[in-house]
Amino acid sequence: MPTRIEVGFKSGIKDAQGEKIAKRIRNFLDIEVDEVKTVFVYTIDAHLSQEEIELVASGPFSDPVIQEYAIDHPLSTEFDWMIEVGFKPGVTDNVGKTAKEAIEWRLSRKLNPEEKLYTSILYLLKGKTLNRDLVEHIATELLANPLIHRYHITERTKWDGSVLLYVPKVKLIKEPTVQRYNLSLMSDEELLELSKSRLLALDLNEMKAIVRYFKDPKVIAEREKVGLDERITDVELESIAQTWSEHCKHKIFNGIIHYTDENGNSRVIDSLFDTYIKGATDRIRREKGKDDFCLSVFKDNAGVIKFNEHWNLVFKVETHNSPSALDPYGGALTGIVGVNRDPFGTGKGAKLIFNTDVFCFASPFYDKPLPPRLLHPRRIFEGVREGVEHGGNKSGIPTVNGCIVFDDRYLGKPLVYCGTGGIMPAKINGQPSYEKQAKPGDYIIMVGGRIGKDGIHGATFSSEELHEGSPVTAVQIGDPITQKKMFDFLLIARDRGWYNSITDNGAGGLSCSVGEMAQESGGAELHLNKAPLKYAGLDPWEIFVSESQERMTLAVPEKHLEEFLELAKKMDVEATVLGRFTNTGKFQVLFEGKTIFYLDLEFLHHGVPQKEMVAKWSPPKHPEPEFPCPQDLNEMLKRMLGRLNICSKEGVVRQYDHEVQGGSALKPLVGVWDHGPSDAAIVRPLLDSLEGVVVANGICPRYGDIDTYHMAACALDEAVRNAISVGGSLKHMATLDNFCWCDPILSEKNPDGDYKLAQLVRANQALYDYTVAYGVPCISGKDSMKNDYRIGDIKISIPPTILFSVIGRIPDVRKAVSMDAKRPGDLVYILGITYDELGASEYFHEMGFIGNKVPQVRAEVAKKLYESLHAAIEKGLVASCHDCSDGGLGVALAETAFAGGFGMEIDLRQVPYEGIRRDDFVLFSESQSRFIVTIHPENREEFEKTLQGNILARIGQVLEEKGFEVKGLKGETIINTDILSLKKAWQQTLKGLWE
Amino acid sequence: MPSLLNLVACYIPIGEKVNAFSIYLNWLRGRFWDLLFCLKLCKCLYMGEVKCVVIAGYGTNCEEETAFACKRAGARADIVHISELLYGEKTLDNYHLLCFPGGFLDGDDLGAAKAAATRWRYARVKGREEALFEQLMRFINEGKLVIGICNGFQLMVKLGLLPGINRRYGVQSATLTYNDSGRFEDRWVYLNIDPNSPCVFTKGIDKLYLPIRHGEGKFVPQNEAILAEIEERHLSVMKYINPHTNEPTLEYPFNPNGSINAIAGLCDSTGRLLGMMPHPEAFLHFTHHPRWTREKLPEEGMGLALFVNAIDYIRQNLL
Repeated sequence: MPTRIEVGFKSGIKDAQGEKIAKRIRNFLDIEVDEVKTVFVYTIDAHLSQEEIELVASGPFSDPVIQEYAIDHPLSTEFDWMIEVGFKPGVTDNVGKTAKEAIEWRLSRKLNPEEKLYTSILYLLKGKTLNRDLVEHIATELLANPLIHRYHITERTKWDGSVLLYVPKVKLIKEPTVQRYNLSLMSDEELLELSKSRLLALDLNEMKAIVRYFKDPKVIAEREKVGLDERITDVELESIAQTWSEHCKHKIFNGIIHYTDENGNSRVIDSLFDTYIKGATDRIRREKGKDDFCLSVFKDNAGVIKFNEHWNLVFKVETHNSPSALDPYGGALTGIVGVNRDPFGTGKGAKLIFNTDVFCFASPFYDKPLPPRLLHPRRIFEGVREGVEHGGNKSGIPTVNGCIVFDDRYLGKPLVYCGTGGIMPAKINGQPSYEKQAKPGDYIIMVGGRIGKDGIHGATFSSEELHEGSPVTAVQIGDPITQKKMFDFLLIARDRGWYNSITDNGAGGLSCSVGEMAQESGGAELHLNKAPLKYAGLDPWEIFVSESQERMTLAVPEKHLEEFLELAKKMDVEATVLGRFTNTGKFQVLFEGKTIFYLDLEFLHHGVPQKEMVAKWSPPKHPEPEFPCPQDLNEMLKRMLGRLNICSKEGVVRQYDHEVQGGSALKPLVGVWDHGPSDAAIVRPLLDSLEGVVVANGICPRYGDIDTYHMAACALDEAVRNAISVGGSLKHMATLDNFCWCDPILSEKNPDGDYKLAQLVRANQALYDYTVAYGVPCISGKDSMKNDYRIGDIKISIPPTILFSVIGRIPDVRKAVSMDAKRPGDLVYILGITYDELGASEYFHEMGFIGNKVPQVRAEVAKKLYESLHAAIEKGLVASCHDCSDGGLGVALAETAFAGGFGMEIDLRQVPYEGIRRDDFVLFSESQSRFIVTIHPENREEFEKTLQGNILARIGQVLEEKGFEVKGLKGETIINTDILSLKKAWQQTLKGLWE
Repeated sequence: MPSLLNLVACYIPIGEKVNAFSIYLNWLRGRFWDLLFCLKLCKCLYMGEVKCVVIAGYGTNCEEETAFACKRAGARADIVHISELLYGEKTLDNYHLLCFPGGFLDGDDLGAAKAAATRWRYARVKGREEALFEQLMRFINEGKLVIGICNGFQLMVKLGLLPGINRRYGVQSATLTYNDSGRFEDRWVYLNIDPNSPCVFTKGIDKLYLPIRHGEGKFVPQNEAILAEIEERHLSVMKYINPHTNEPTLEYPFNPNGSINAIAGLCDSTGRLLGMMPHPEAFLHFTHHPRWTREKLPEEGMGLALFVNAIDYIRQNLL
């Protein structure tokens, strides 16, 4: 008989969570509520005596100073409505897991694996005007996500005073089975139907490649020796589908593209990846010669570059878009703890030193009706924010930098970019740390979490309705602490040289991780029935492809096996031997001694046919905006500062720990009042050294409305110039490319697929041109190609989006420069030329236009400027440096001024400018490769000398008083305000969201 | 010799590598003019080294920088995973200063450090006929020093080590709970130190500026009587202040969590146990300061002084 313990705050103790919920009900849902109280519920499905239950209720489950508890009866009857929210069966319940451990410590005995704890939360609502519809609305729109949660509503007047006793236990009453298909007997339609019904996402061409392999008499003969036949097993089919998925094989980036440009000229591109991305990096490395700092690019889970003689840096950025659309909290949490495993699973493993996150959402103030199944952008925003907070903070990795982009086309799918950097010794036990090699005979060991149905077919959302009896598979919730425990253990194992290879279990689960490592040794033999499960009843194929979190796969040689397993046990980390690596050329999988999977590695990894696609570029033509320069530019500047893409994100930033690990050297918030927006972050990963790592991002999807070539160029330039402005150097800088696109495959359902593919081609061309020009190589990357929403007639596609994330080295962090003005009397400079490039700018958007003159990057000029500016920063001549991006010069000047707490006087006539001469254009043009720099007057001569040969101009000075005054092109005052009101406009927009 | 190296190391500014032995000696020679240094050196050679243990594992995540702080203050610091204690491979008995660093023990899933407090209270040490808590009490009763930072402070409070009035250890009489704002925050705060506090860590310090990074830092005593005793005995060694008035404050964000009486840190009545929500190990070097690019600051961060005091106390009283 299960027991229910309710824990709540004593009267007189503030219930901060309850108050927060009440505020959100009022502010977000517009529902009147007098009070919300929270009660925490533990449902214990274990054999405990009454006395023991009393012990745990009063001990670890409640805090005697502020909380009280009730066993098997309600804690409180003070409510009008009560909503209980708990997890559905099979959803990760981290608190439940910890609660079970706490019981074991408290009672000094182990519970058996079948004995479990489940948690839920009771929300006690008071409010005269509440009714069932409103409460139902509160439950579904704020408190529970029906995909992963169950909820139960109780009305006080109809309540009999009993407590709900519900155990969300997974009950799978079936024997594990293996299905077999004879593909050669199937028609094309049947093959496609099979692919569709099993969510394989394989097209006919690919299904036929599988048929051909299984018809090969040699293959059949070999299969028969191990007890299989010409039929494919579901384990094999599922595994091939995972291994050949777009996610793992990047079929669009590796396919053949027939590209036609705007003049009708055609060319064939054999692999965008090889031609442009890898092509550029290869060329940069050649040109850098002995200064090449790349160590491992594109082949491992993350890219590796040199940091110094003794240390290497590892960096990766991933996306987790679809899961975050369904369950923002779980999706984003899994995104961050998932990308953590990439640097950790690179080479022999890296210690993680920072996170960086970039989100793209629709406006949190979206007020039109929502299409079916979509969550409100505000809820996605808050869920993603919280998921990344828990994932990052609880893992003890500082979130040092990031940004948020708003555009209503992200309504159908938000973008959640999560990035993680790591550091590893250059050599581990005398071997290069960035290399790994599983050897024949090594044991296959899975470490970390257990396997459940979570995340099966993670990439594809199952349309099947989720009901009480079926565990949720589409989404999953990460567990940062299980992962942290695993990392603590693995770093020790790494330094002791106990394993030869390591990789993470992400997409495709064991199927992909063991499959990949098997290539290192030349084969593998895996016993699936040995894999530890969360609950019984999984079919072998499910165990094989499940994407349950917090797992790494390792190759451990026999001589270290015993000590490896022993230390794992001591450190409370689950480690299980699943088989051995071989050199047979085969990947063999057994279940209870019977072979259920037997494939040539060559076929598994290289058997996928190359895709062929068409791309056709025709530049869009938008109406040229026509409007006069606004009379009141004071007001316009404030409106610009308040725009979603420009305004302060301090509320988000403060909720992320950006200082843990003790290496914070340039924070995300800087300036006199600690809220100026830093351009880039610097961390000092080695505590006894002053060397720093610079981290920055660049993203500007709006420009893609005109031309994705320039969008990509500007995104890279933004990332690079952000890093330069804090003191980074082009000499030691690498980048990651991260494409999120809408479906670029032409089909009946997707009639402009060829245009979107052309947009992709053009973005890649820019990537090549500009990474080569700057000498900043891509070292790893990611693509997510199907970011569309389609239900019924409604289709919402994201704007094609590319994120560049830059990592660099700064030899001495004491040379770093922040963006805030430092002293009255300092001189204000603009570096770089301003053109009338307002196409797709924030300003044109504010005025309701797109326009056509998109900002362009002049690489030669920019590179020279970046080198000179770096020299000036090295010499200590620069007091502050801020990059000009969204909102242009006007916004950058205002931010520099109010972050410094000083006023400014500026003369636009001094600004080097080309194009239509209008005050508003000069103020808000988004021309690239520009900086606002302030310097001390005594450094003037030396500064100008160092910058010689570049375009720059002194345009004003920093003032003691708080006034902010700008003279226009005609010499009259066009802006006359003060920094406090500018700052207020900048801080106002998102403020309400966090209070 | 290790004690000498530890001591010398803490005199070298961060980032300056003193590798080759000859440079080392040369550098050392230059230092002999520094009287204080010589005194410390003599004492160190004569007495042996101060040993600190920094507890790690189960979600703790500030162990590296906390150990680094101990080293910068001239001591030896070992990071010890709690499993090493539970398996009897290491024991607290070999150390002088015990650090419970920040982190998210067990994810703070049952409330900050609740599950971990249960582990420390009831776990037994393998191969030794004792509970881990007995080992901890022996450590405290031998007059040694304990510091808990953030999650470590939460652990100490929930274990009943603090406020520890009249050495009534093991009974929880206060707690740290959810911030009034209902959210986790990372921000720097100004702190006043009570000069009349028995705390050995804060001797000679009157103000601190340090970051807080927590979601559950609001100090709540069990009742008024406990609070009165805390204040009477000057155990509330550290308080959040409004930097403009220099007075303890309940005003957000100066008091970031709504702590009763603005209490940010607490010591026990012996002064040898200290718990604090702000992170002293996060301000060891001036580049940690949020405004170092615009203010002239000393090389050394303010947080180091707490560790230096602890280690000086150990040298004077425990070696």
